[in-house]
Amino acid sequence: MKRFLSIAVLIALLAMVLPASMVVAAPAAQGEDYTVQADDWLSKLADKFYGDSNAYWAIMAATNKANAEDASYAKIENPDAIEVGAKLSIPPNDEAVAFMADFDPTAGDVSVLFASGAKGQLLVGNWWTSGGEFAGVNEVYKIYRAENPDVELIHAGIAGGAGVNFQGANLTKLIAGDPYDTFQLHAGLEAELYTPETYLRPVDDILAEAGVLDVMPEDLKALLKIRGNTYTVPLNIHRGNVMWTNTRVLEKAGVAVPATFDEFFAACETLQAQGVVPLGMGTTDGFELGHTFEVALAGTTGFETNQGLWNGSVSWTDPVVAQALENFGKMLDCTNEDRGSTGWVGGIDLVINDQAAFNIMGDWAYGEIIAKGALDYVTWNSPPGNQNLFFLVSDGFAIPKDAPNPENAREFVRIMTRKDAQENFNMNKGSICARTDCDYGVFPEDRRAYFQSAADDFASSRIVPMVAHGSGAIPAWQQQFYQIVNQFSSDRDVAAAQAAFVLAAEDAGFPQ
Amino acid sequence: MNVYWTRNWEKIVGFAFFLPSLIAIIIFVYGFIGWSGLVSVSNWKRGAEPDYTISGFDSYARLFGIGEKYAAGIDAKRFKTGMRNVVGFTILFIVSCIVIGFTLAAILDRHVIGEGFFRSVFLFPMAISFIVTGLTWRWLFTPGDSNIGSTGINLLLQNFGLSFFNPNWSTDMVYSIPADSGLGQLLINIGLGWFASPTFGLSLGVITLTIAAAWQLSGYTMALYLAGMRGIPEDLREAARVDGANEWQIYRHIIIPLLKPITLSVIIILAHLSLKIYDLVVAMGGEGQGFVKDMPALNMWDTTFASARFAQGAAISMVLLILISLLIIPYLISSLRQEEER
Repeated sequence: MKRFLSIAVLIALLAMVLPASMVVAAPAAQGEDYTVQADDWLSKLADKFYGDSNAYWAIMAATNKANAEDASYAKIENPDAIEVGAKLSIPPNDEAVAFMADFDPTAGDVSVLFASGAKGQLLVGNWWTSGGEFAGVNEVYKIYRAENPDVELIHAGIAGGAGVNFQGANLTKLIAGDPYDTFQLHAGLEAELYTPETYLRPVDDILAEAGVLDVMPEDLKALLKIRGNTYTVPLNIHRGNVMWTNTRVLEKAGVAVPATFDEFFAACETLQAQGVVPLGMGTTDGFELGHTFEVALAGTTGFETNQGLWNGSVSWTDPVVAQALENFGKMLDCTNEDRGSTGWVGGIDLVINDQAAFNIMGDWAYGEIIAKGALDYVTWNSPPGNQNLFFLVSDGFAIPKDAPNPENAREFVRIMTRKDAQENFNMNKGSICARTDCDYGVFPEDRRAYFQSAADDFASSRIVPMVAHGSGAIPAWQQQFYQIVNQFSSDRDVAAAQAAFVLAAEDAGFPQ
Repeated sequence: MNVYWTRNWEKIVGFAFFLPSLIAIIIFVYGFIGWSGLVSVSNWKRGAEPDYTISGFDSYARLFGIGEKYAAGIDAKRFKTGMRNVVGFTILFIVSCIVIGFTLAAILDRHVIGEGFFRSVFLFPMAISFIVTGLTWRWLFTPGDSNIGSTGINLLLQNFGLSFFNPNWSTDMVYSIPADSGLGQLLINIGLGWFASPTFGLSLGVITLTIAAAWQLSGYTMALYLAGMRGIPEDLREAARVDGANEWQIYRHIIIPLLKPITLSVIIILAHLSLKIYDLVVAMGGEGQGFVKDMPALNMWDTTFASARFAQGAAISMVLLILISLLIIPYLISSLRQEEER
């Protein structure tokens, strides 16, 4: 047994040593490598290998391409100057002939001689795994792949609405020092989840280089700044406060679109009397209750007070918060009784299926309306009190400091800032561009009107960063906010909810 | 080469084989338990960057609502609801699994026709993951709306003319037996009013979780009991019958006492499953409105990974660990003692 082992070990050792000692100087031939000797120059080598002294361009291109993948090859900047000992890649004859047939050294375009250098991988972490969301991001991938053919782009998608599952996975990868090259996040304070100073790379230089600062909306730029730095490259803008309205149901019931809370509750009574659910809703995705309350809160308090609540200048003990909770409670009484058994899609489905009159949701619900063929009879309005308010939800990408392929990530987010990328992305995702100069005329005809109106509203309304989707508050505050609203939806205890809001705001660093 | 040396050699080799798993367990189980404990008393309260400076038991104070300020907080409310739910769920789940499993085993043990077929049928649900079970039961327990019409089980009830019995199942937001209902009044009148108070009450949501989980695992319980019953010699029953015992007495005084080790195993296996229950609740729609279906494991995930409040999340997991230890440690002590007796 022992002898057998020793022999095995010996064989293994020999196997490791042998290849190294067996290396002999093989004569260079076409399709192999060649080490430059004294008195070599490129055209001489080209003549030697191909019988065509002009074919040195092919050797130069092949060597530079090899250099991009393996630094042991030489990088040839100037074909007249090669150094002794430099390692060249000699392409096979047919490749060299094909290259020379295409290449015209007098044309001035010599980019083909120099490989882009982009290689390796690009691991893109995100939660866009299906439907229009994936179709949208895939458009960006297509552009990136076409321009960086040697990079292996990997779509690392983790399903789960609004990134609920992705964020946890991303967080642990980041802390463990094994991050994605670039990952998705909501623009705004969601970056605080990842302690940006420690883990993220500021992207201000990339945005400046790409020259998009002039076409990015000012409100968005302000929202992206965290203690003076930008960490997110935005890709789109969603509107969070839309009241989707079934016109067929309203017409049949003889109800006009309500603009105020009083009108809304009156409409609610009329609709309920006729056996129609006034407000379709689902709650199981975790954000819907908080989302709806946030819209009701701003609708009750108005822009300034709402802003004050989130920046600490207005206390949550203010009576207007109690008023908003009352309004929200009355709105809940207008919803379908089984809202606790379905998610936001179930809520918009009730409107699409003529079972409910309204649904308050962001414009990502528009994708459902398109997909289910309800464009003819489902329209968009402002929720009560939300005229002149635009709740902003924006998706973007960040680059971790420890990104394994930072250059590839940089190029990826640079492409994302481009007009063509944003147009192609947003017409699939169903959102408007994060730049002001997009042409909505290129969007599919049947849905052009909504996006044009959203873009117009964005330009003319007060912009409210939405808490329910990571823009308006740090994640710890956002989650407590969700939970307090959830608790309130069940016990309707206004005083308890206000007391809990106070503690949550204090935790977030805003003494009440 | 003497025998003594060979035996020692075997011991050393045995220990060497055991060593890697010992090291792995020390690091990955006990090391990480200690690390979680450290995090739970640390200052790592916001964001991804670890902060291990000790800040005391603030996280625990928030969970248990100690002090007026924390008592008003949502953390304390949610945690309290979650603890009540998980304890209630565990008790209901174990009791129903044992009752159903034992009954099925007792029936199959009588060598009924098609025993093999029924055994497989009862055992099959265990092969399904909690996610699938949860999703299916979620559909069944979707109650519908009075304007739109009933769905799921409520539609079935309606078709049988039982529409007056129209529970809201998982969407029910009532925690307790309402004090003004008939049953609530009865409980109050007989001096058991505490059971009708929200502190005690369990939501219908927890009942739906119990039904789904018991459906999945009572077959497994049955298999354990059936194996146990097959191990009891027929002579014992015969002897009891000769002595004049009826079937009930045989079960009461012979079968059940002999199956005590099995019952103990069942309780341990099911309890550790139910205390850390997560996937089933997620598949059945999450914590629910007013946290009627909330469980500490869900709370822990939300707090740690959605809010990045690592200290608080670690505190929840430490409480869960203590809860599970209360169950496992006595079991380990008793089984170690039994081994010593042997």
